[in-house]
Amino acid sequence: MAEEKKLKTLATGDKTIPPEGAKMIPIYIMGREYMVPETLTIMKAVEYAGYSYVRGCGCRGGICGACGTFYRYIGDYRLRSGLACQTVAEPNMIIMQLPFFPANRPGYDLEKMHGAPHEELRRLYPEVFKCVGCGTCTRTCPMDIDVMDYIALMKRGDLKGAAIKSFDCVMCGLCASRCPAQISQFTAAMFVRRVYGKYILPKAAHVKKRVAEVRSGKYEKMLEELMSMKQEDVKKLYVEREREPDLAESGKWMPKETKNL
Amino acid sequence: MSGYTTVLAELIKKAEATRPARVEKARKGEHFPALTMEQRQQWLKKYHPDYKSDGRRKLLVGPNKGMELPEEVASLIESRSRLNTRAVDLKKADYETDLLVIGAGGAGTAAALVAQELGLKVLVSTKLRHGDSNTVMAEGGIQGATQEGDSPYFHYLDVIGGGHFSNAPALAAALTNDAPLIINWLEDLGMMFDKDPSGRMKVRHGGGTCRKRMHSSGDMTGAEIMRVLRDEARNRDNDIKMLEFSPAVELILDSTGKAAGAVLYNLETKEYYVVRAKAVVVATGGFGRLHIQGFPTTNHYGATADGIVMAYRAGARLKDLDSTQYHPTGAIFPEQNVGLLITEKVRGLGAQLLNVDGEQFCFPLEPRDVESACVIRECLDIGKGIVTPTGRFGVWLDSPMIDLLHGEGTVRKELPAKYIQFKRYDIDISKVPMLIYPTLHYQNGGIQIDEWSRTGIDGLFSAGEVAGGVHGRNRLMGNSLLDVLVFGRRAGLKAAEYAKSAKTGGTLSLKHVEDFNKEIEGAGIRNAGVSPILLPDYAPDHVKARQIV
Repeated sequence: MAEEKKLKTLATGDKTIPPEGAKMIPIYIMGREYMVPETLTIMKAVEYAGYSYVRGCGCRGGICGACGTFYRYIGDYRLRSGLACQTVAEPNMIIMQLPFFPANRPGYDLEKMHGAPHEELRRLYPEVFKCVGCGTCTRTCPMDIDVMDYIALMKRGDLKGAAIKSFDCVMCGLCASRCPAQISQFTAAMFVRRVYGKYILPKAAHVKKRVAEVRSGKYEKMLEELMSMKQEDVKKLYVEREREPDLAESGKWMPKETKNL
Repeated sequence: MSGYTTVLAELIKKAEATRPARVEKARKGEHFPALTMEQRQQWLKKYHPDYKSDGRRKLLVGPNKGMELPEEVASLIESRSRLNTRAVDLKKADYETDLLVIGAGGAGTAAALVAQELGLKVLVSTKLRHGDSNTVMAEGGIQGATQEGDSPYFHYLDVIGGGHFSNAPALAAALTNDAPLIINWLEDLGMMFDKDPSGRMKVRHGGGTCRKRMHSSGDMTGAEIMRVLRDEARNRDNDIKMLEFSPAVELILDSTGKAAGAVLYNLETKEYYVVRAKAVVVATGGFGRLHIQGFPTTNHYGATADGIVMAYRAGARLKDLDSTQYHPTGAIFPEQNVGLLITEKVRGLGAQLLNVDGEQFCFPLEPRDVESACVIRECLDIGKGIVTPTGRFGVWLDSPMIDLLHGEGTVRKELPAKYIQFKRYDIDISKVPMLIYPTLHYQNGGIQIDEWSRTGIDGLFSAGEVAGGVHGRNRLMGNSLLDVLVFGRRAGLKAAEYAKSAKTGGTLSLKHVEDFNKEIEGAGIRNAGVSPILLPDYAPDHVKARQIV
């Protein structure tokens, strides 16, 4: 019973229960002061203050891009940005989340490019070529992506470089919200990554070969055999299956038993 | 300086004091004894949330009456509808569509894309934004037998062995047979797979695999899959209409019991909308945000089991829903990393688990469920957990051992993402340990489906984490991203066939909801709540006490 009691006083799920004597700090949610325990993320501090998220909250793990946030410290002119779920709330932060920002995203057909990929980029996103090189996007990006640099690579037609440089993008839209050239960097980058993935990265020949085999129905028979077996027999096969060595070279390594490949 | 508080920094000294001796022993290959098979069973029964009988109870209503479920899930299912059914005008549909997809994660988007290709008009209802789902959070990869030394046959063996032979064989066969098709589909859609210069896919092992078949895209494979699928769906927005922040709250059947649409609820304007559809796909994801028994979770904000609730009221059956995957090592400090998954690799490299006194209390590489039980036991029963400033408790994962065992720089080289995720908060995990506790990771079971994603209710299909049977009672890494796409696509395909051929257009009805409400009353359930809950409630008690409702 004592354990039960102990459990109940502890934090469960994502709800924060500060321990006795936790240090409280002032934060300003859209200008309004709240006292919250230190060490919380902005997201949890906002919830601690009593807000319930509908917008501006997603994976709570720094990958979905729902919780882009701008903030300043009282007395400091600099505008800062981060993801609310990844940034620690600190005293005298004035916080405003930006759960949505309108972006330019022209539709396109990946199967039908109008000319070379960089020509298609120019057709879809002419504004990319009007980048003034101010670097605000780079300073704004909560994922520490050098946004201005990948825009420069796009301008040069280096789509591979732009795809790789922009890969960590969570598409929160903060870059676009600050761009004086009115570029929607993150949607242009999405287009470029898909073009790179489809037309520039070399194709996996072994996948195409395996797809043909699957479509021929080759494996359905093998799988039916396994499905109709007694569980003990499947267990035996499971226990005895050969493990590919960790350092084996893909495409070269072959198991001893090749009947079921 | 480290990002630990002075109290925690003081406790770390105890772990540091025992470290040289522990490293010495590890070098000699001596380790803490693993539990015997009998002890494993005892520990699991006593401490693992899946085995403990307290915190679980039998369902009192519906097609699976008598099924034992976690208290939180049972209560959610045995709740009343959010709808006043009489106030909903079913005579006038606000939206008419061929296919309604509920949920816009990987499974829902895959279903929408396939159905659109087959000529359907698709309406997608989603609670948050398009792509807000557990799909985006999957890091490690997606399995598929694409290499010459591998085949769906061996993938199947891995899946079914990993699931302790409790999987539905037909689902495991569908999963593994379609896997290469999925990898190919993603490649054609322009996904940036990790490849060799020749174009060959880079593949790795996962826990329980006999072949290297884990395909990846950096350490954000799920996010890359999701943004590619979403981008493609946006290119087809003439036929795929997306309604964000408008979750479904009840399914609509027709007078003959076929699925015929849903009632959606606009979270912002609080309006409801009636959707009439020829077929419906439920792809709403898992239940991590129910925080079963108070556990933290790795799941997305929207993972509240809405689809389970709605489909069950409509008469769908459930499978293995009592089975939950807890990952033994979720971060509990600092606060911003709570629930963050700490990969098994950390223990694979030699890091040990330690209690508040800096002592080992278990073998670090027990199976996931057993390892979780050991940690829970140490904290709850033995009382040697470490309490954090935000009132959580856990044990140390002694990562500094890794560099001592394998050489300076190993942590940074082998665990770059984890290193950065802690370094950001001034914690250098190559120098100081991490605080961990088991975290709720995956809903193993769900709505019962067949290999074509059919639920048994005409016109109702289901796919992804909300559905059950594919993984049995335990899922292997890299098979959930695969699952959402295989069964999402199959749902889209079969829903399209159905929508084209079945006799649809009957009178819309919510009678099943009224009947279910009555059944709850009849079962004597008092204080029934209201569900689906749609979003978790994290308002602290001091706020709640003052809220004017």
